[in-house]
Amino acid sequence: MSDQQKIRFLLNGEPKEFQASANEKLLTVLRREGVKGPKHGCGEATCGACTVLLDGQAVYACILYAFQAAGREVTTIEAVGDFDRPHPFQTALVEEGAVQCGFCIPGMILSAKALLDENPTPSDEDIKMHMDGNLCRCTGYEKIEAALHKVIARNAKGGAR
Amino acid sequence: MNAKDFKVVNKSVRKIDALSLALGKPSFVADYKAADALYVKMLWSPHAHAQIKAIDISAAEKMPGVKAVLYYGNVPRVAHCTAGQGYPEPSPYDTFMFDKKVRFVGDRVAAVAAETPEQAEAAVKAIKVDYKVLQPVLSIDEALADGAPIVHDEPDATIPIPVPYEPKKNIVANIGMDIGDLEKGLKEADFMFDRSYETQYAQHTPMETYVSYAYIDSRGRIVIVTSTQVPFHCRRIVAQCLQIPVGQIRVIKPRIGGGFGSKQEMLLEDVVALMTQRTRRPVFWEFTREENFMTGRTRHPIRFRIRMGVKKDGHLTAFGMDALSNTGAYGGHGLTVIGCCGSKVLPLYHADHVHFTGKVVYTNLPVGGAYRGFGATQAFFAVESLMDEMAEAIGMDPLKFRQMNHIRSGEGSPVFEALGEGKKGVPMTIGSCELDECIRRGAKEIGWDQRGDWRDKTGRFRRGIGMACLMQGSSVPEIDMGAASLKMNEDGSFNLMVGATDLGTGSDTVLGQIAAEALGTTIDKIIVYSSDTDMTPFDVGAYASSTTYLSGEAVRKVAEKVKTQILNTAAEMMEKPVGDLEVRDGHVVSRDGGDISFTDVSLYSLYQKNQFQIMDTASHITHKSPPPFSAHFVEVEVDTLTGKVKVLRYVAAVDCGTAINPKLAEGQTEGGVLNGISYALTEEYLFNAKGRMTNASLKDYHIFSMRDKPPIKAILVPSYEETGPYGAKSVSEICINGAMPSIANAIYNATGARLFETPFTPEKVWRALQARPA
Ligand code: FES
Ligand code: FES
Repeated sequence: MSDQQKIRFLLNGEPKEFQASANEKLLTVLRREGVKGPKHGCGEATCGACTVLLDGQAVYACILYAFQAAGREVTTIEAVGDFDRPHPFQTALVEEGAVQCGFCIPGMILSAKALLDENPTPSDEDIKMHMDGNLCRCTGYEKIEAALHKVIARNAKGGAR
Repeated sequence: MNAKDFKVVNKSVRKIDALSLALGKPSFVADYKAADALYVKMLWSPHAHAQIKAIDISAAEKMPGVKAVLYYGNVPRVAHCTAGQGYPEPSPYDTFMFDKKVRFVGDRVAAVAAETPEQAEAAVKAIKVDYKVLQPVLSIDEALADGAPIVHDEPDATIPIPVPYEPKKNIVANIGMDIGDLEKGLKEADFMFDRSYETQYAQHTPMETYVSYAYIDSRGRIVIVTSTQVPFHCRRIVAQCLQIPVGQIRVIKPRIGGGFGSKQEMLLEDVVALMTQRTRRPVFWEFTREENFMTGRTRHPIRFRIRMGVKKDGHLTAFGMDALSNTGAYGGHGLTVIGCCGSKVLPLYHADHVHFTGKVVYTNLPVGGAYRGFGATQAFFAVESLMDEMAEAIGMDPLKFRQMNHIRSGEGSPVFEALGEGKKGVPMTIGSCELDECIRRGAKEIGWDQRGDWRDKTGRFRRGIGMACLMQGSSVPEIDMGAASLKMNEDGSFNLMVGATDLGTGSDTVLGQIAAEALGTTIDKIIVYSSDTDMTPFDVGAYASSTTYLSGEAVRKVAEKVKTQILNTAAEMMEKPVGDLEVRDGHVVSRDGGDISFTDVSLYSLYQKNQFQIMDTASHITHKSPPPFSAHFVEVEVDTLTGKVKVLRYVAAVDCGTAINPKLAEGQTEGGVLNGISYALTEEYLFNAKGRMTNASLKDYHIFSMRDKPPIKAILVPSYEETGPYGAKSVSEICINGAMPSIANAIYNATGARLFETPFTPEKVWRALQARPA
């Protein structure tokens, strides 16, 4: 407990300060602080359930040390959409029936958001490469892809967010 | 029969929990953990087979933060079965919370609960164990060899039902049946085949690992929040292990991150319950991914001998299956899985003489469990591979050969009656069956006519098309029970309480749709609450493809009963004969144009006159297990230089009766298919010489990603099952069964190489290519 240090970063737009030990992972700290959106699926950078955005880039919070987030901006699913105003990808996922157990979904959404924020109309190849780090065991990805294509089609029509 | 005028059912309404899950709202077991919960870590056996000569927990107990240590010396010794099944279970009681003997790498030795995971981990390392290492049993052959080491030599291992169980011979189950005389059938054939097939160890790997959380409530009862498919069985088994009344325990299943059969098991709950009972603190235990692989449940590896005889005209004279399954160190689902190799597969094709044996052995390897497909997955690989071989021998299109022989509406199979779960089965005549239509539509979609013959294909990369036909069941007849209760609120909404267990499949939504349909209201008026042993009626849980068909019918029944109460109340209010009334769009309407809303009915019944709660309960058991049917088609490309197989596209046409929610039914199909493809091509447990799994990570155990995935087309072919709710049958399991045989057949169609062992790794395919006759 002696190696506790203070870490400051922007969490979902708000400046926060957390206590964490030097070898604690960002996922552990976030979940301890009540941010339950990022999930623990493997703890070894293989499944993507823990995905968060670090300065807009999708990263695995399970292998990132908490101190690596110091001074930067962390975005979790908690800051993406709400019941009244979901993110277009969230809406599309719901409409397409793409949410089965939902355990992979927050990570999927953050990965997709990072991709779409950079390029609102990515190619199929871009999508496959970019989403490769987010595993889903329930859906076979068909409907997740369909939801993504729906958003991209809307973006292509000029409805960029 | 298909054109029913449904309002809510057979519509792709939005899954009721989809948005909250997409928003990342706290929903899963780990999200409910209290900040002051203790963490459990387990000392797992490093040996496949060993006796614990001595164990010393004293140092661990004194470590910082440690609140409790459990091992065989301080817990009740109760022989039980961890598989969540009916009672008494058709499975051996061969498991103890902790034992003096360990039976696989990953078996329990001792558990620690401490303030932090690190403290618990440190204490686990401080437990001293002196093992006497025994010779392990690491294969089916070793298990059956003369003088083989005995995996379960403890005298208190028994089986609670009267079936053969011979642990001294490492035999968990031994079943069989004969209809006619197989040898005679083989003699009568123009072509007879005798082939062997073998499948591998694999795992469900839900994205959420096994996880449980327990605490003591304000009245001193134990509450277990757990990722389970079987909350009621879980409660019963924990009570058995802790030797406390069932009424002292409440099991709650929140949203869970997938199960696929793996969580039809009580694997953590006894430990968190006992820890919380002893420490009076909340206790949390979540498996690491490595633990999930090493100690979680698996798909049984099974070896088949298939003997079949066929006449030149395509008539089947003999159909014999001898299945030999490795259940690993414990026998939970041993008997039932091997039974389903026969009961879910043999009835698909008529044959003059049918034969089946199923034998299950113990080994010192990871434990087999329930896994989507449940034995049919392995058996269909064998049978559907051989169906193709036979078709070629008689020069018939494999598709026509299947069409000629498969079971149809109005037909029965003696197998249904002969093979049950630890007892005789239930005779059944097939009601709905649109397999022919599945075959037609799937063949058209894939371009079956263009598949060609492998002998005409050249070049390094060769393409081929293969197919397979499938069936499954819907619930276990006359054994499984589901119940529902339904209560009306004053705004015309309803609380639907079901014991049924949504694993992410969408069953809460599907059951809500069924209730809304019967009540003449909309899905947003149904508040579904499921899987809480204090609050909801009993249900066996999510397994055996039962929820839509079985629990769905319980929901339809209770909704009909509540509708009757609504109509009677409305008749009193409107002073009209009840026969003149019906429900429509949240109102009661009369023939002569009278109309009152559900809100008015409910307000009247609760506050105004002859007050009572409009509410009821219904239970359902089934007398049939109507099979869904499916035809799968796949196109592959084989690299003949390296043996690598790439799946180019996949078509699954499925008859699941009325799809209560078509999008969700497609999702079940697509998810099952991709899991099946991944199982066929890459997924496999690897072991070292001492029986330790060497690839217990998602890095080394490859499950398919979005990039790996081929396009998958799900085609729902409607039929109407008279015995199911609004014509529904099951859909969740069947579609995992098709990839292995259809890919094997496609590889043959591409190259002429036949695969008899799974998965189809480049090495195996390359070897099969070399083994082709010149
Ligand atoms: S939990 Fe981080 S990648 Fe799996
Ligand atoms: S929806 Fe269950 S893992 Fe993706």
